[in-house]
Amino acid sequence: MRPPAAKPASPATRALEVVPPSGPTAWLTTFTAGAMTFLCVFALALSLASGRLANRWSEALARTSTIRLSAPVEQVQIQTDAILAALATTPGIASYRLIDDAEMRALLEPWFGPGLPVETLPIPRLIEVVEADPPYDAEGLKQRLAAEAPGAILDDHTRWRRPLAEAASRIRLLGALSIVLIGAAMAAMITLAARAALATNAEVIRVLRLVGAKDSYIARAFVRRFTLRTLAGAAVGAAAGLLGVAALPAADAAGGFLTGLGFSGTGWLLPFALPPVAAMVAFLATRRAAFQKLRELT
Amino acid sequence: MLLCNRLRLCDGKRTDRGGHRADIPELRQGNNVITFENVAYTYGGGDLLSDVSLKLAPGSFHFLTGPSGAGKSTFLKLAYAELTATSGRVILFDRDVKSLSRDDVARTRRRIGIVHQDCKFLDHMTLAANMALPFTVSDRESSPQDLDDLLAWVGLKHLADALPPQLSGGERQRAALARAVIVDPDVILADEPTGNVDWEMSLRILTLLVELNKMGKTILVATHDLNLIRQAKAQIQARVLRIARHRVQLAGADL
Repeated sequence: MRPPAAKPASPATRALEVVPPSGPTAWLTTFTAGAMTFLCVFALALSLASGRLANRWSEALARTSTIRLSAPVEQVQIQTDAILAALATTPGIASYRLIDDAEMRALLEPWFGPGLPVETLPIPRLIEVVEADPPYDAEGLKQRLAAEAPGAILDDHTRWRRPLAEAASRIRLLGALSIVLIGAAMAAMITLAARAALATNAEVIRVLRLVGAKDSYIARAFVRRFTLRTLAGAAVGAAAGLLGVAALPAADAAGGFLTGLGFSGTGWLLPFALPPVAAMVAFLATRRAAFQKLRELT
Repeated sequence: MLLCNRLRLCDGKRTDRGGHRADIPELRQGNNVITFENVAYTYGGGDLLSDVSLKLAPGSFHFLTGPSGAGKSTFLKLAYAELTATSGRVILFDRDVKSLSRDDVARTRRRIGIVHQDCKFLDHMTLAANMALPFTVSDRESSPQDLDDLLAWVGLKHLADALPPQLSGGERQRAALARAVIVDPDVILADEPTGNVDWEMSLRILTLLVELNKMGKTILVATHDLNLIRQAKAQIQARVLRIARHRVQLAGADL
């Protein structure tokens, strides 16, 4: 007497069962999905951080400049007053302010440590200028400063901010490209694994065809298995990637770009979309490979 | 009689057990289930079969004989659309094989039970699951009672939960036969079904084939075992086809 039969499995589950549960490609698919998703999380973080940085720098580039005053001690205050007077009468300037000793100390603290006696050091005075729309005539202001405050140099930041902003934009682009390439590489590797699995299981496929299985049924069995393996691997990879990004130092002004590499706000939700996307990539790649291979095999 | 009830074949009507077909008009009208019309099959530049024409009527029992390499397996593969004729027409259930899509071929094979000498199973699934495979691949449910009866019919009920590698050659042959008939096919094609078993087991398998034929199944058995053919002819009206010089000819009178 056989024990009562368990509840019959659904057709989808039974379709899954016709494919041998393990094989040389099983770990490869899961590992590939995990590793690729892990990398993808970092590429995503890099891309988003670069985007934020590019925006910040571009914004700053468009609006601010600095006047640096280096003069003999007895001339510093005189030329500072001359600069401020010139700025007050120059059209196209929204605002300007003298960087005070406390702010200067904060700026230099990462390099020289706390408690720097800036007032006793021959450090140039800095004046931050925010331009209006339309902006001021930079060349005209330079000439005026040369006449009224010979120690003043107008630095409109273009020289160094534009390349940095461009670099940040490129990094953002590279990040996006990396995600696409990682997805394509994952699709290619899963396709190879699927084709290898189909070739390995040629005898299983032959049996299934002999008993009347359609290509769609056989493909479905393989596709489900590979999609689930990919989903599982990608979930682990995404979780590991998120932990890795979370473990990076928090963003701060002193650390600059490197410590800002991560997610912010709703950006933390994006990695959760990676496993379903990876599963979809696996689904499409395996399905295509399965139908191609089935036509070759039988 | 129990098996007959389970397979629902004795009343001459097909009962829809899974919703895939309720009636077979061509059989009621007495059409041929397999027809070869001037079929030739060439492989590697040489003829394996040439100008083969024959018709297998519903309920008939045929043996196909010939020396090794004569083309018996090729003939069977043409008959279940594993191969496509180089020229001529193979017609299965009134449809030219060349006009069948891959899905049509799959659907047609559900009406043909195939038994090979080296019968293949899915080794990771139990014998019972392998038996139910023709149902599984068509997304239909198999009745546990039908499975039990079928396994009992071939004497393998006690091995329902065994894995195929645990079965002997004879057990595998009987299991393959059970799998071939579980979806109530119209035709059974067997390629050397007794090739790997002793005489006693050969007779047992023959008995199963004869029973199926008495239920109305069309049977075609490729074999070079003349003793088996003689044994069958003593029980039923079987015709013998012989492949010689790439052609198929009737050879019944010689046996």
